[in-house]
Amino acid sequence: MSDSRPTNIGFGTLMKYKFPPMAIASILHRISGVILFLMIPFLLWVFDKTLASQQGFNAVHAVLSGGVARFFLWVFFSALVYHFIAGLKHLFMDLGYFEEKCSGKMSSTLVMLVSLVLIVLLGVWLW
Amino acid sequence: MVNSTTSLTKSGLKDWFIQRVSAVILIIYTLFLLGFAIKHTPLNYVDWSMLFAHTWMKVFTLLALLSLIGHAWVGIWTILTDYVKCSFARAVLMVIFLLAFLTYVIWCVTILWG
Repeated sequence: MSDSRPTNIGFGTLMKYKFPPMAIASILHRISGVILFLMIPFLLWVFDKTLASQQGFNAVHAVLSGGVARFFLWVFFSALVYHFIAGLKHLFMDLGYFEEKCSGKMSSTLVMLVSLVLIVLLGVWLW
Repeated sequence: MVNSTTSLTKSGLKDWFIQRVSAVILIIYTLFLLGFAIKHTPLNYVDWSMLFAHTWMKVFTLLALLSLIGHAWVGIWTILTDYVKCSFARAVLMVIFLLAFLTYVIWCVTILWG
């Protein structure tokens, strides 16, 4: 039987799909995970400097007060907040909750809404 | 067939289990640091360094980093097997990340006990 369906979907075609909230919540969980992974060295640098001496602590404080650094800090904490809350949903799903279409839709939407509110509040607090 | 050579445990179930256990440890560590930061706001060097002077905090931090690495290993492996179809490229990327993980552990130990 010949099958003419594509095995790989192009990015352009992909963007035309209408994704359910579960799919969006899931891809955001992946993206936030990658961001957090890439920021591990930065995190270790902060631990290293701030714990080394009072001068190091002050230096990190000064660096993180800068505009660009503050934006990175916001990205980092936003990714952390989202990954944390979406991860909680995963743990609940392991226990057997939110596995139906309706409850899955609701929990995914809730995860994104709660994260959005916290991320906005985080931005307000940072600036 | 999915190549499991570079996965953390070579078993989907064990990988899943490690990802969950490490997630719980990271939740506890994150909430603990958040609570500490709120209690000692604005955070100063003395309170901060005193916290990390305790052996239990050093052990807790190293445990959190090892959890983070186990968690990231499973996550990165999953993402790479999904999106990088060339197994050679995937292996090269995985080796780079594993070397990075090793560096992070050594770095963390020198920060805590150096």
